Amino acid sequence: MRIDPDQLPAPRSRRDPDHAHSTGLVAAGLRHAYGPLTVLDLDTFTIAPGDRHAVIGPNGAGKSTLLNVLAGTIRAQTGQLTYNGHTVTRWRPAWRARAGIGRTFQHPAVWPDLTCLDCVRVGGWHHRRNPDHTPIQVLNLVGLADQADQPASTLSHGHRRMLDLAVAIAGQPRILLLDEPAAGLTDTDTGRLLDILHGLPSWMAVVIIEHHMDVVAAFADWITVLHQGRRHTDGPAHLVRADPAVAALYLGTGGGDAAHP
Amino acid sequence: MRAFTQAVAVARLRSLPMVAPLVVAALAIIVVAVAADPYLHTTVARMLPFALLAVSVAVVTGHAGLPTLGQVAPYAAGAYLTARLALTGIDLAIVHLLCAAVVGAVVAGLAGAVLVRHRGTVFLMLSLAVAELTAITAGQWRAVSGGTDGLAGIPAPRLLPGLPPLLGDRTVLLYAATITIAATAVAVWLLRGDRRMLLTATRANEDRARASGHPVNAHLWMVHCAAGAMAGIAGTLLIHTHRWITPADVGFGTAALVLLAAVIGGARSLGGAAVGAVIVLGVRDVVAVEVPGHAPLLVGALFVIGVYALPGGLTALPARLRRRHRRHAGPHAAAPPTAATSVRSTS
Repeated sequence: MRIDPDQLPAPRSRRDPDHAHSTGLVAAGLRHAYGPLTVLDLDTFTIAPGDRHAVIGPNGAGKSTLLNVLAGTIRAQTGQLTYNGHTVTRWRPAWRARAGIGRTFQHPAVWPDLTCLDCVRVGGWHHRRNPDHTPIQVLNLVGLADQADQPASTLSHGHRRMLDLAVAIAGQPRILLLDEPAAGLTDTDTGRLLDILHGLPSWMAVVIIEHHMDVVAAFADWITVLHQGRRHTDGPAHLVRADPAVAALYLGTGGGDAAHP
Repeated sequence: MRAFTQAVAVARLRSLPMVAPLVVAALAIIVVAVAADPYLHTTVARMLPFALLAVSVAVVTGHAGLPTLGQVAPYAAGAYLTARLALTGIDLAIVHLLCAAVVGAVVAGLAGAVLVRHRGTVFLMLSLAVAELTAITAGQWRAVSGGTDGLAGIPAPRLLPGLPPLLGDRTVLLYAATITIAATAVAVWLLRGDRRMLLTATRANEDRARASGHPVNAHLWMVHCAAGAMAGIAGTLLIHTHRWITPADVGFGTAALVLLAAVIGGARSLGGAAVGAVIVLGVRDVVAVEVPGHAPLLVGALFVIGVYALPGGLTALPARLRRRHRRHAGPHAAAPPTAATSVRSTS
């Protein structure tokens, strides 16, 4: 379904879950554990249209688990998720994707036996009669138009990551969840990634999980810091990046330059 | 007008790989039919239900990516339903085929509701359980199946009311071949284009498919049901060509052989699976006549040779030979890699 930006409300004021409740995604009381190990324990997490939200934290902080819970890949053991006014806690990932929650994967997930163009066609299957962009336009957006008829299995790691992103974009999500999209990319590819992300529609909310703070700094206007599954810090990007406690968190857990805020 | 003519020509060229094997199969059947050997007619006719069952297994195993032993359940349902209809006086072949297709789809749908939630070894073991339950049910449900003695003396079907029953060896061969080739053609047609692309995506990366809004299990369940309908039709052909049935015809042995046939022929090629079925039965029932008592050994050897010498099955052999030829011809002859689906449109 094509979204008319005029019909969407302005981005919410921060810390206002009630506003996001009617337009975006609100997670409340999310908890997930593997045996005795609690990997996610969040009171609230909200996403509203137009958000550029980064989730950072050291390895094992629960970032990917949070993304998997939001996308439906993992069902949280407790808590509730509402999206666009509907309770989607028990919705399966395919239904969430159809409703507008798209995602990429930590390890680029493409279909190796299909051509790049067909990968994008499958990604945008449910919008094929009324697409915002044709598959070749989406491939052009991520710089893969020249490889349209090449099998995805022949792509380099960086190109696979771009194709994964293209497949997600082809699904015309309202909320796009990106799991470490810059991991393994060259500086050139990272620059292209940022160009792509900056070119996304303003109504589309983007949640990015990333260790590269340069990417986070260039893209996000709000940062949530997770530590051991819990919210450590939450706030505007420039304040969080300047927070000594966040720097100490990374340095104290062995974060390198790439992860230094 | 010229553009239209060109488009038709391109469409014909694209459909050639799908149509050619079916034409070859039809020609082979005609060659067998014109031979003056009733034994050959009967032997080939009795292979055809098994070949169609192998096609249904190839749909589930090769296209849905679920190696299955459970297709004997809809096969048995179709066969016993056909036998019971014929024994109660309903002898129209089309009624048998339609009823068997429906009951095959229903049985496959019921089994699939559990099976398609699982993958890999768990799926294979559950499908083995389905095969075993099928054989046990066929042996125990005497009122329907006649118990371990089975059902015999089943009347031959009629094509239309008023026509004589299909009794002649050549007639039965041509009838069974027509149904087998038609059902395979329908399956090939259904599994082309976008459906093939979606199944390839589902098979290759389920998480990505789900994240793109594709309900993977629902897709697999529908494929399982459609393959069940085909297996039900194969069960009808079993009755129409053999005119008797015992639980052994729908037991684990059949389930294993038909999976073997699909593997040897090439599970992603429906025609290849049918050819694999003919090869397996040829080895078991024709070649093994020369070495009595050693049929299982020959079939086992065939399986080992098939797996080690023919990875991807018989139908993958030409592509492998082409690759080998290019390697020997030098690096400049190497062609770019190909994908499972081709670009059909750039818009």
